[in-house]
Amino acid sequence: MAELRQPIESGAPDPKPYMHPVMVKNYGKWVFHSHPRPGVLYHRAESGDEIWTVKAGTQRQMDTYTIRKLAEIADKYGDGYVRFTARSNIEYMVADEKKVEPLIKALTEAGFPVGGTANSVSMVAHTQGWLHCDIPGTDASGVVKALMDELYDEFVKCEMPNRVKLSTSCCEINCGGQADIAVIVQHTKPPKINHDLVANVCERPAVVARCPVAAIRPALVNGKPSLEVDEKKCICCGACYPPCPPMQINDPEHSKIAIWVGGKNSNARSRPTFHKLVAAGLPNNAPRWPEVSAVVKKILSVYKADARPWERMRDWIDRIGWPRFFEKTGLPFTKYHIDDWKGHRVTFNASAHIRF
Amino acid sequence: MAKQMIETPLLDQLESGPWPSFVTGLKRLAKEKDMMVDLLGQLETSYRTRKGYWKGGTVGVFGYGGGVIPRFTELKDENDQPLFPDAAEFHTLRVQPPAGMHYTSDLLRWMCDVWDKYGSGLIAFHGQSGDIMFQGIKTENVQAAFDELNEHGFDLGGAGPALRTSMSCVGAARCEMSCYDEARALRTVINNNLDDMHRPALPYKFKFKFSGCPNDCVNAIQRSDMATIGTWRDNIQVNEGLVQEWVAKHGKTELVNQVINMCPTKAIRLVPKDQVAKGDGYSVAAVDAQDCMEIDNHNCVRCMHCLNVIPGGLLPGKDKGVTILVGGKGVLKIGATMGTVIIPFMKLESDEDFEKLNELARNILDFFAENALEHERTGEMIDRIGLVNFLEGIGLDVDPHMILEPRSNPYVRTDGWDEEVAKWNERKAAAKAG
Repeated sequence: MAELRQPIESGAPDPKPYMHPVMVKNYGKWVFHSHPRPGVLYHRAESGDEIWTVKAGTQRQMDTYTIRKLAEIADKYGDGYVRFTARSNIEYMVADEKKVEPLIKALTEAGFPVGGTANSVSMVAHTQGWLHCDIPGTDASGVVKALMDELYDEFVKCEMPNRVKLSTSCCEINCGGQADIAVIVQHTKPPKINHDLVANVCERPAVVARCPVAAIRPALVNGKPSLEVDEKKCICCGACYPPCPPMQINDPEHSKIAIWVGGKNSNARSRPTFHKLVAAGLPNNAPRWPEVSAVVKKILSVYKADARPWERMRDWIDRIGWPRFFEKTGLPFTKYHIDDWKGHRVTFNASAHIRF
Repeated sequence: MAKQMIETPLLDQLESGPWPSFVTGLKRLAKEKDMMVDLLGQLETSYRTRKGYWKGGTVGVFGYGGGVIPRFTELKDENDQPLFPDAAEFHTLRVQPPAGMHYTSDLLRWMCDVWDKYGSGLIAFHGQSGDIMFQGIKTENVQAAFDELNEHGFDLGGAGPALRTSMSCVGAARCEMSCYDEARALRTVINNNLDDMHRPALPYKFKFKFSGCPNDCVNAIQRSDMATIGTWRDNIQVNEGLVQEWVAKHGKTELVNQVINMCPTKAIRLVPKDQVAKGDGYSVAAVDAQDCMEIDNHNCVRCMHCLNVIPGGLLPGKDKGVTILVGGKGVLKIGATMGTVIIPFMKLESDEDFEKLNELARNILDFFAENALEHERTGEMIDRIGLVNFLEGIGLDVDPHMILEPRSNPYVRTDGWDEEVAKWNERKAAAKAG
């Protein structure tokens, strides 16, 4: 084996060598944008220079054939420059408006949906799931593929009151992030402990420390040092599972899926908000999760019909109130919707403000 | 050359439908790569049993302690042999993209060449922390793949209790809302602290994110321990021609309903031309022959709504800078927390400004390294020790912009009141003296 080389600690690369020359030239000097059609953005700089961006959805987990295809389209129909968004959409920048239509055609023919701009339903920000994660309760790419097949029309059109951001997460840690609608695994049973393995695999004090409700304590089980869970206290969050894989939290039947709405990243209008639980107990029904799609589509259709222009999901619910949200969507309201975690009383209605 | 394909009836159902299918991609790779045949076998098993089968481990490159996500299969037969041996090792290299995620077609193709040569051919653009994820490589190939990427200007990202790969929005490259050079800020902060990324020794992960304006397109306030958000402190700039163009197209009713009524602080009014407010702090645009739209900038909270609705007609002011928030994080362990304002405004233009940002970042990282408990994020640490202790620890003065409202309970010992008042007065006097 050759001698090992020292790494070059170069960090995050300078983007300028890979940036469209019109964007380099007008860096920090843009003054206007418009939205000529779904999937297309137009930007104008102080200098009068113009650039068109065509945005397309991808499967995020891409084989090299797909990536080479995207690169070939950039060379043939674009200017050879692309970027990716935080939601794994690809953007092609072109300095000539005449290139826009052929580019859209090429992307569409190659199977990449053009859209995702302005008031569309975005591609789902998502996680790794069964494909690569060590603690997943479900898949990620598959849930997303199934959802986006159903929401395809809303991605390529811009008919929502405002933009809708989606996320999915394959465990309660929620690596997918906050979103207007978030699809997240929700475990419903305490971990099943393999007591033969705990002592060898887990650093027991660290596992005890991870539990948000202090439900885990060291114990001797069958003469071996292990851990036990106070199942009455356990909130089934799964926090003990990453540091201690013998505390299996994932369950083919009892790991369910919950839906959360009203997370907003932007400061526009109201301050940023976290998403709120609206539905739970949905089955982890691979490979197409139809029950999840049905609830997401129901919420979207009510929002689309009822919200006013520029109201994000959360703005709309703030206007109509949560009782009406449950009424209009037909989703049941249960005791599990009432928060009981630290700080929960600020989420209660301490007023006589009631909508009738 | 590749082994016999495994039947995947469940995954096959994800090949139909209009959205691009990752399964079709995996199958394409499986024609050439035995690793992907077996990866499909394991994934199909997960779809059937609804269980995951990867475990972590220790795999890395020479000189670094992090950046590779090791994955070993747990699907074994009765003799402890992997059921899908060619995917028994399926590690990921996390690689930092150019800030703002810009690529040329040549760069994409070169990355494909590298990954076809050493790995599975599966790449994600990008993971939730912003890394390019080169997925699927055996332990024996990890060093060679990294060497080739690294020699061409690409470096591993963060994993474990370390500084993580960062994200910045498209920003100055293509957006009129951009209030600072996001890519420069990202590279300044990240590239000066790489030791904390490559050799994980922090209490837990630490994330910086950079958004050019309060639209916060990279979710910095919710997803990062230190969020740098572009803003401005003078008046919203008005291009009256573009405002009038917008009103001509959309009508005055939409202006009232979609712009003026949606301002969160009621800072915008429609007023007859002869009653427009005089003095500084107001942005004014005539919308037609009778009326003006008048913005009270001292009461504007820079939420971006009116700028978003009338792009180009209303633009950020000229006196640009950033607001800094600390302590955003995900669920574990106390619940998700948003960042909290610790610097309402600082300039970010000159070399000295960027050096100040760099020092602040280093200062916060150091305080976190020394004071957080194991597996505690910055937001949790602040929750435990209190904001005031955190501010004192990093040497920042209190400011009313940091809170929504003062305390409502009397459970506080105030015997240092006079000294604190004196400090406040001193700071006010110093600010006045300029």
